[in-house]
Amino acid sequence: MLSLRGIHTYYGAVHALKGVDLEVAEGEIVALIGANGAGKSTLLMTICGNPKPRRGSIELRGQNLIGVPTHNLVRQGLAHAPEGRRIFPRMTVLENLRMGAVASDPAHFDDDLERAFTLFPRLKERRDQRGGTLSGGEQQMLAIARALMSRPRLLLLDEPSLGLAPLVVRQIFEIIKEINQRDGVTVLLVEQNAFHALKLAHRGYVLVNGTITMSGKGADLLNDEQIRAAYLEGGH
Amino acid sequence: MEYFLQQTINGVTLGAVYALIAIGYTMVYGIIGMINFAHGEIYMIGAFIAVISFSVLGLAGVTWVPLALVIVLIVSMTITGLYGWTVERVAYRPLRGSVRLAPLISAIGMSIFLQNYVQIAQGAKIKPLQPMIRGGVRLMEGEGFSVNVSYLQLIIIAMTIALMAGFTWLIAATSLGRAQRATEQDRVMASLLGVNTDRTISLTFVLGAMLAAVAGVLVTLYYGVVDFYIGFLAGLKAFTAAVLGGIGSLPGAMLGGLLIGLIESYWSAYFSSEYKDVAAFSILVIVLIFRPTGLLGRPEVEKV
Repeated sequence: MLSLRGIHTYYGAVHALKGVDLEVAEGEIVALIGANGAGKSTLLMTICGNPKPRRGSIELRGQNLIGVPTHNLVRQGLAHAPEGRRIFPRMTVLENLRMGAVASDPAHFDDDLERAFTLFPRLKERRDQRGGTLSGGEQQMLAIARALMSRPRLLLLDEPSLGLAPLVVRQIFEIIKEINQRDGVTVLLVEQNAFHALKLAHRGYVLVNGTITMSGKGADLLNDEQIRAAYLEGGH
Repeated sequence: MEYFLQQTINGVTLGAVYALIAIGYTMVYGIIGMINFAHGEIYMIGAFIAVISFSVLGLAGVTWVPLALVIVLIVSMTITGLYGWTVERVAYRPLRGSVRLAPLISAIGMSIFLQNYVQIAQGAKIKPLQPMIRGGVRLMEGEGFSVNVSYLQLIIIAMTIALMAGFTWLIAATSLGRAQRATEQDRVMASLLGVNTDRTISLTFVLGAMLAAVAGVLVTLYYGVVDFYIGFLAGLKAFTAAVLGGIGSLPGAMLGGLLIGLIESYWSAYFSSEYKDVAAFSILVIVLIFRPTGLLGRPEVEKV
């Protein structure tokens, strides 16, 4: 589905990604874990062409993504619920969802909206409320729902659990699982909450200082001594 | 009382024109956070195209005024819209992502360029236009003073109200309007969702220029003269209107325009017409002291 080879990304003079290789197969949930500042969000944004990588290749279902304008990616089946959720604060929940469907066929808007409201009944109650007035958990739900409105094949999720109460986190992870299993959406998930992410994911990658240091099955990584020490014990 | 009413009518007419121009300032500010100082010149170009196309239509024998007016409006809006698009493309887009000051300076340069270009191409002399829409309605007959509203004033006010209603609807309920608001609130997120933000910004300039073109056509009919320099003061007034109403706010631009028009009209009527500009700008200063975000502006919130 998605294949990254030797990706180098710079922010000005800062060398943020130093030769990242990463594969996501169709139907998988892949978790990318790592500490603050390791370059996880940069990796997701690089896939979206903002910033552009200086070297390396990115392919989505065999199609080269480098040089494709960001606004055209959604038409190739890629959706991103980015860091910080980035809800449009002065638009209603419904308008935010409409923005998610900008590039899709208006004919199936009603079905997609229905599906989003089934996944997140809370959003239905809040549909005419402004995005900026939602709670953190509701904003996260909206960010995921908005991304799903384009019927993506591949969903990039950046820290969906950040700042949320444990109960809400569990809810969100349940829904990610459902999106993956029922709707067949492939998911690349960035998380600091390594425990939840690796439990959910089929496979995982560990990013340290812009380099992948480890990869493997979610369950194996979860049991790895080094990972337990660095990301799970105390941190979780 | 009659005198006051008459001044109100004059003020509303003037304010309608300011409001049409002010929308262009406020929308561009909203979407890319810059003041388009060339916008007054865009309005001036709209006025020139009006004079030119009225003359051409006169030569071609189109004398039925409503038809001529419609044709001139369409021509002026189209060509002026093209100017607006070009200005953004040439002077602002290449500077996107650079320091905030760069497009501002580029805008001032563009403003000077357009003034000089029109001066060279059309000459520095004032261009007159024969009054085309005469007559009016007598609303009230007072002692030695009657209140009149001319047909032209009615046309200006009615057209402005219609345009503003249409425009408000466009922003609130169409996909273009949503794309504009999304681009304004978070450009990166809008592009991730599939909005071509460069095109959305271009269209914002085109729409602003079209409204300024309408203002240009109406003012040309109202005052009957244009020259290459009219964009400066009109632009400054409309900018003041936008700031007074709260820059970035669409209803703010409308309210601000109306207020500036009324202040000018009352001041000229009751005090002196030489100081009407001072009056308008003084009100701006006073409002900004007490409400720095303008009358309808929302406070700048630091984004996290």
